[in-house]
Amino acid sequence: MDVYNPHTMQELRDLISGHPEARVFAGGTDLLVAIRRGALSPSLLICLDRIESLKGIEDRGDEIFISACTTHAMILRSALLLEHAPVLTQAVGELGSPQIRNMGTIGGNIITASPAGDTLPPLYVLKAEMEIHGPASGRRMPIDEFIRGPGSVNLLHGEILTGVAIPKEAPWDIGHYEKVGKRKALSIAIAGLAASIRLSGSGEIINARLAWGSLGPKIIISRPVEAALIGRPLTLKTLKDAAALARDAVSPISDVRAGAEYRRTLAGNLLLRLIQCADGSKAPLPRGG
Amino acid sequence: MKIGFKLNEKEIVIHVPPDKRAIDVLREDLGLTGAKEGCGSGECGACTILVDGESKLSCLMLAAQLEGREIATIEGLERDGIPHPIQEAFVEHGAVQCGFCTPGMILSTVDLLKQNPDPDREEIRKGLSGNLCRCTGYQKIVDAVEAGANKVNSTIKGPASKE
Repeated sequence: MDVYNPHTMQELRDLISGHPEARVFAGGTDLLVAIRRGALSPSLLICLDRIESLKGIEDRGDEIFISACTTHAMILRSALLLEHAPVLTQAVGELGSPQIRNMGTIGGNIITASPAGDTLPPLYVLKAEMEIHGPASGRRMPIDEFIRGPGSVNLLHGEILTGVAIPKEAPWDIGHYEKVGKRKALSIAIAGLAASIRLSGSGEIINARLAWGSLGPKIIISRPVEAALIGRPLTLKTLKDAAALARDAVSPISDVRAGAEYRRTLAGNLLLRLIQCADGSKAPLPRGG
Repeated sequence: MKIGFKLNEKEIVIHVPPDKRAIDVLREDLGLTGAKEGCGSGECGACTILVDGESKLSCLMLAAQLEGREIATIEGLERDGIPHPIQEAFVEHGAVQCGFCTPGMILSTVDLLKQNPDPDREEIRKGLSGNLCRCTGYQKIVDAVEAGANKVNSTIKGPASKE
C-alpha cells in the first residue's frame, strides 16, 4: 500500500484524478483501524495532513469557517468557536481522548458519517454548511443533505470536503451537548443530544433546536419536539412533555453498546437534563461517575 | 521508501515501507521499545509518542506520516543519564507497577503540562484519559503527575525560587 503526502490542493487534485482507487484520509483514527481489521484494503492512501490550506478556523464576518483538516484539539482551543458555537466546543471536549483529538479532524468525523459521530449533532443545531470542491467547480450544502446514512455522504468522485461554515447567529441562551457512554473518555456514544435554546426575558422558550446522535441511522431532528418546547417556560414539566414525544421520534437499534429500548429512554432523559441549564448558566452541571 | 525525520532530537533517515505503522518502525527498525502496542486501535494510549510536541498514537500512524516531523519517544526524555523530572516523580510515587502503560502516561503528561503547567487532580485525570492502566494504579499516577508538575515548574523557575 503506497502512501502519498500532497502539500497543495493542486497536488491533491492531480493524485485523485490519476488514482481513482485511492482512499483519502486525514487523522487516520478510523480508516487505519478499519484497514488493520481487514475491513478495507485500499491499494493507495492519500494523507491530507500536509495541506496547510485545509487547516484553520477563520472569521468570515457573517460565518465561521472551519477547514476540513482542523483537528478537534484546535477546535477545543478556539476562543472564536467558544463564543459563537459553544455547543460544538462542548461536544469536541467529549470526543475520544487527548491523543485522538490531536489526530482526528472535523472533516474526518463528518465524512465517517457515523451516527455516533460527536461533532454531528452540534453541526446540525448550528445549521452548518459543507463546502465541497470538485475538479471543475465547488458547491455547498447543509449537513443534513450531505450525510445520507451510516458511512455514506453526498460526495461525488473527485470531490473533497474542504470545510464547514457555521453561520453566526445571535447568541443562544443555552448551548448544551451531552452524551451517554460506558465511560467518560474514549467512549462511542450510546446516545447524545445537542441543544440550542433561546429564552425570552420572562424565561419562555422562544426557539429550540435539538439533534440526537446514535439514535437512528442519521442524526435525528424532530420539529414536533422542538414545537412542544416553544412558547412554554423551561421547567421540568415542559421538558417531560417534550421527552415523551422525543422517545417516539427516534429510531434506535440494539447493538453491542446498548439495547434499543434503553436508547429510547435516553432520548427523552437527555432532554430532561436541560433543566440544569434553566438557571441561565450555559454550562451543564458536571456529570457524576 | 526513504523517510527523514527528527527522532529524539537527532536527524535520521530510514528506508521502510510507507505503510508500515509508526509503532512498528520505532520498535522493529529503530529498536526503541518504550512505546508499547496495547490495543492497536487507538483506545489504550500505550503507543503514545509526541509528534511536533503533541501526543499522538503511533499505532494509528504510518511511516510516511513521520516525514519531516519531530518525534519524541520515552527514550528521548532523559538528559545525560538523568531522568526527566516526570520520570523521577513516577518512580518516587510508586506510579509504575507493571510498567506497560508508563511510557504513554509520561508522554501524555509532558503534553498536558505544556498546555496546563499547574493542573488540578481532575484536570490531570482528563489529560491522561487516553491512557489506560490495567494495574489500577491511577491514584499513584495522579500523585506522580502532581509532584512532577511541581518539579518541572521549579526547574523552569530555576534554583533561586527553589531555595
